[in-house]
Amino acid sequence: MSAVEHRFGRYGGRYVPETLMPALEELEAAWIEARDDAAFHAELDILLRDFAGRPTPLYLAERLSELRGAELWLKREDLLHTGAHKINNALGQALLAKRMGKRRIIAETGAGQHGVATAVACARLGLDCVVYMGAEDIRRQQPNVERMRLLGATVAPVESGAKTLKEAVSEAIRDWVASVETSHYIIGSAVGPAPFPAIVRDFHRVISDEARAQMLERTGSLPKRVIACVGGGSNAIGGFAAFLDDEGVELIGVEAAGEGLDSGRHGAPLTAGGRPGILHGSLSAVMQDEEGQIAEAHSVSAGLDYPGSGPQHAHLRETGRATYVAVTDTEALAAFRQVCEVEGIIPALETSHALAWAMDNPGDRDLLILSGRGDKDLAEVLARTS
Amino acid sequence: MTGTERIEAAFAARDGKAALMPYLMACYPDEATSIEIGMACADAGADLVELGIPYSDPLADGPVIHAAATAALDSGATVVGALRVATALGDRIPVVVMCYANLVMTMGWDAFAEQLIQANACGLICPDLPLEEAPEALAALDARGLALVPLVAPTTPDSRLADIGERARGFLYTVSVAGTTGEREGIAPGVGDVVARAKASTSVPVAVGFGISTPEQAAGTADAGADGVIIGSRLVRAAGESDDPAEAVGAAVAEFAAALR
Repeated sequence: MSAVEHRFGRYGGRYVPETLMPALEELEAAWIEARDDAAFHAELDILLRDFAGRPTPLYLAERLSELRGAELWLKREDLLHTGAHKINNALGQALLAKRMGKRRIIAETGAGQHGVATAVACARLGLDCVVYMGAEDIRRQQPNVERMRLLGATVAPVESGAKTLKEAVSEAIRDWVASVETSHYIIGSAVGPAPFPAIVRDFHRVISDEARAQMLERTGSLPKRVIACVGGGSNAIGGFAAFLDDEGVELIGVEAAGEGLDSGRHGAPLTAGGRPGILHGSLSAVMQDEEGQIAEAHSVSAGLDYPGSGPQHAHLRETGRATYVAVTDTEALAAFRQVCEVEGIIPALETSHALAWAMDNPGDRDLLILSGRGDKDLAEVLARTS
Repeated sequence: MTGTERIEAAFAARDGKAALMPYLMACYPDEATSIEIGMACADAGADLVELGIPYSDPLADGPVIHAAATAALDSGATVVGALRVATALGDRIPVVVMCYANLVMTMGWDAFAEQLIQANACGLICPDLPLEEAPEALAALDARGLALVPLVAPTTPDSRLADIGERARGFLYTVSVAGTTGEREGIAPGVGDVVARAKASTSVPVAVGFGISTPEQAAGTADAGADGVIIGSRLVRAAGESDDPAEAVGAAVAEFAAALR
């Protein structure tokens, strides 16, 4: 039985108020037990299969492949219930919360995908659910707000700072500090204090476990590259996990360059480089000023509009195992349109960043994690491109 | 006298009564006024002050202190400016700086500790630096006779409390409730138990903070056995609401001081 990682190289850790430390210990102990418990996995596997829709298809995007002159394989997480990979982690952590006897769930959400996934998991398992969401994200992701409310979740608007994902995470953590004995915080990305980055990765690892087997079965070989978008980095770390030991497989994370890396208005701490910083409980690549005040991120996609990144990604970058690049708002919007028109798939704006990079940088036998569908983004895209 | 010794002396001088430690936000509403507020606290009977450095993402703080930090940063507050406030107050009253870990780490643990010495400050409270992440900070502060003041919470189990209490310097910051900073009605019901557990874990004084917002609550917390009480959001709110912040905070601190007499 391996330990749950607290650090990935020098990144990670537990920089949180003392009140939370016992809860993190309790969560880690519960996870160590649950992950070796066949009954836990049996229950989760049935939910993932019959409720969420796993395994997801591996799809050869023939027309996009033809356009770029190289095979592009899509792992269709967009076809899951609630429309994104987030359900993998939400169901897993909600089951874990139940196991710990916690009946109230806290979550944060940016694009609304994690919020909807958590609301669905809570409805299914009979748990109370409150979702913190920045007021700006509530504005630009209205359909998801309505879905969460329909599912019985309370959506709590966050008015501080830039009113986006960073503030929503902070507010969720503050709630947890006050309610820790009865509540579990289902963090939505591979960020936060240990053991969250490891737990979130483990619940999303199913993406690459399936995709690796599917690629071998369909093509007889592994992909040359795995490409995924990175905000906090949950679909990317889940998409990379099973390939980490496959030395020949290149791993590429695509961040949000927003209005351009030089503009400072972006969400690309891994690509931009710079000093590591502490955000939301872990040491990682963070956008910050010279004194260490955390900067506001910017991206057209709410899910990538985050100044931090998962600590394992910071480590993969430092060791050179993964490469991180960034794509602007404009490029992502163009790819969104192209993939709609050419392939008949409406991708999430987050995923559109990865698609834009893959279309501009064709490589033979690429695997791209199509992390979510873009129905939630229609109003925002139409407003920007009409 | 080292910083740690100055803190210990401030508690000892109370001769069994609880010490009063107001919290103020450096550079709020502006640098000069925050210095006046600190002086007013000293004049009104404070025994020490906790000086908060404005931070963009204060996870342990409730809405009042969060908003004050945001306002201070929006009007150009910097860590360097906040340390000037510490310097201005440091000779008049023992100052314990409250600063989130990323700001300290960014300057460097040793460089930050050196700045505290230059400012004649006595110690540091890092609300998001639990014992496991604190070795570098402890080394840097210990080497200079400064106190790294740890926090304990009602959720902290006894075994952990013992480890933290043993490593506490200056005083042990005891959080009275599970939650963030902010005014609350009444005293937390379990505060006597929390204080007793904290005192059993350490040889340094136990000061209680979070949620103490009236002189009656302060007196009740002292009666529950606290060696010191920390008043934060109530005073930060006074600083933000008044046309004469120093006068308003000073008047409030005088009421708390009277309640602890």
